[in-house]
Amino acid sequence: MRTLYTWVCIFITVVAASAGDVLIALAMRRIGDLGVLRRSRGLSAVIMRVLSSGAFLTGIAFMAIAFFSNLMGLSWADLSLMGPATASLTFIVSALGAKFFLGEDVDRRRWLATIFVCAGVLLVAH
Amino acid sequence: MTIRKFLVLFSVVIFSPVGDAFLARGMKQTGAIDVHHLTHVLAAVASPWIILGIACLIAGMANYMTALSFADLTFVLPATAFGYVTMVLIAHFWLGEHVSLVRWAGILLIVMGVGVVARGPSRTGETGEALYAAAGREESE
Repeated sequence: MRTLYTWVCIFITVVAASAGDVLIALAMRRIGDLGVLRRSRGLSAVIMRVLSSGAFLTGIAFMAIAFFSNLMGLSWADLSLMGPATASLTFIVSALGAKFFLGEDVDRRRWLATIFVCAGVLLVAH
Repeated sequence: MTIRKFLVLFSVVIFSPVGDAFLARGMKQTGAIDVHHLTHVLAAVASPWIILGIACLIAGMANYMTALSFADLTFVLPATAFGYVTMVLIAHFWLGEHVSLVRWAGILLIVMGVGVVARGPSRTGETGEALYAAAGREESE
């Protein structure tokens, strides 16, 4: 049963982390370069601007789900399974999310990079 | 890619793996969580290792968000995957752990992936950056 629980945790972590990634990227894309904003309006303005973004707050909620799901998985399985399984799958699911929800130009170069990194992460955890 | 942007990405690949390592250590001390007492996972947050790990992850997160404010998700994700390389290098040179040939091959793949994505544009699609054009852009790429 532990194996089943572990993979349920991995699935929830991957979906929630990817949703969080895409939503936070959407919020940051709308706000624009935080460095430029900080220099023109100050750090408190940056924090206010980020914290008042609905996409950001929803993204953080998904990240929190992913965090506790990952933490729970770590108590049943080793980091050497949870780490690579969640990380490598999140790369693929997030790239799909970025392409379809953020309108990013995920060309062959980026898919190649994503696949290299995904495979590399799997090997590192071998 | 300006030095500031490089430093933002660099901070992500330092803080995040260190935070993860602290978290893993903290959870191993807490022990396995019973499926009938899932709320026990909340008690783990009281562990100093977990608190330290969360602090590092917040620092990594702040830099990650800054990176997303000037670059695409499909650029930032592969680029910050270099954090896995950092983790293996820490394990090998600092903790003295044995790193197998397969792991070094994985490191090579990640480095190649980062190299491939870094040669392309960091931002595609529409951005909110035009809104701040009036505020003056100090950087040109």
